[in-house]
Amino acid sequence: MTDLLTTPLHALHVELGGKMVPFAGYEMPVQYKAGIMAEHTHTREKAGLFDVSHMGQVILNGPDYDAIATAFETLVPMDVLGLGVNRQRYGLFTNPEGGIMDDLMFANRGDHLFVVVNAACKDDDIAHMKAGLEPGVTVNPVADRALLALQGPAAETALSRLAPEVADMRFMDVATLRVDGAELWISRSGYTGEDGYEISVPADRAENFARALLADDTVLPIGLGARDSLRLEAGLCLYGHDIDNATLPAEAGLTWAIQKARRTGGARAGGFPGADAVLEQMANGPARKRVGLQPEGRAPMREGVELFADETGGNPVGQITSGGFGPTVGAPVAMGYLPSELSEPGTRVYGEVRGKRLPATVSTLPFVAANFKR
Amino acid sequence: MKYTEEHEWLLEEGELIVVGISAYAAEQLGDVVFVELPEEGTEVTKDEDIVVIESVKAASDILAPLDGEIVEVNEALTDNPGKVNEDPTGEAWFFKMKPSDLSPMDDYMDEAAYKEFIGD
Repeated sequence: MTDLLTTPLHALHVELGGKMVPFAGYEMPVQYKAGIMAEHTHTREKAGLFDVSHMGQVILNGPDYDAIATAFETLVPMDVLGLGVNRQRYGLFTNPEGGIMDDLMFANRGDHLFVVVNAACKDDDIAHMKAGLEPGVTVNPVADRALLALQGPAAETALSRLAPEVADMRFMDVATLRVDGAELWISRSGYTGEDGYEISVPADRAENFARALLADDTVLPIGLGARDSLRLEAGLCLYGHDIDNATLPAEAGLTWAIQKARRTGGARAGGFPGADAVLEQMANGPARKRVGLQPEGRAPMREGVELFADETGGNPVGQITSGGFGPTVGAPVAMGYLPSELSEPGTRVYGEVRGKRLPATVSTLPFVAANFKR
Repeated sequence: MKYTEEHEWLLEEGELIVVGISAYAAEQLGDVVFVELPEEGTEVTKDEDIVVIESVKAASDILAPLDGEIVEVNEALTDNPGKVNEDPTGEAWFFKMKPSDLSPMDDYMDEAAYKEFIGD
């Protein structure tokens, strides 16, 4: 346990009664005293504060934004050049086979690109960016900042008390604001399906800033457990589970993240790792697709549960990649992969739980409608 | 009330033994969202998995604490699994069994020993 890393908010988590567990090399709170269910519901109804400082924050510097964007487009199938100033997009690093190396957020911050990647992948991602971008573009991991997420319908009001300008931001806007002398890099985004913000704050100011947010009685600290159930209900992928190196964007249902400019026939079609495979699968349709699944009974179907077309006999046709109880749905929910011919909403399949095949229905995603301020 | 190292509590009720999980176990599990109970009349062997409990975090099992027959199960838990968190040592009993061998009871902990066991 001694080799686990901690975030600048570690002492605060412990003080708030966080149950600390190892996650992606860090000791992080899986829940606080309220428990996962209450934390989940509180975030959907009011506002939740999440410590996501374990994620990787990286700045890409270069001669100018267009030069950085042009270079970054060689690593991701996204339209980076066409991203407006102070706007953010969801992105994917692809490998030479077209599989997903990681998913990420990137923002045009005027003279540089700001990238946020998953904790478990950050060392590989940084090495990958250095190999692919330097020396023309320099890759600068940001080690001295915490990252907080404030999510939920009351997030705007709570953060506005400290930084009134955030009320005018739209979904996926980014801004640099000063609060109490600290420079904050804010985006109106998150990973819960709710309106909210992600806030990069200097490490030595993070605890004070978190306390200032928690002083608002609509804001509660939320652990990784509820973060997982919130993103699952929102139909959002968890890297290493719902998407991985062997998953292509089309089968994962992520082609919306590949803008027209990078698609076949687009102004800058292809030109990223695995482009042929990615674009071919987009053109011809994938053999399997990520789907939402609603188990018919109360038994959760968790990651690894095998899916069958029939109640008896036959080989597995797919697998659950994320699953559990959806507190807002009030029933178990799951995501997994099924052959395209079994992926239509309403299709009934069977998940094998403890040796019994239990029915589940393919459903549209998300399970809980997004509540973004567009 | 007696306790097992598996965090089950056992209460003698006439010739039956009522079984549930301790408050400590319920808190460790977190919010319980699913309970699968055995059928009444099932003959069970000590240490056999007979109840499935799933919380928001994970699935776990309850073992039969004794050899015997399951004579009654608490169906209310199937519809309202959250009772396990609300009243683990009261309303949220899991099953009542008719033991065929009571001797393991002597090895189970009393309340004071259990408290020490969980480091309370």
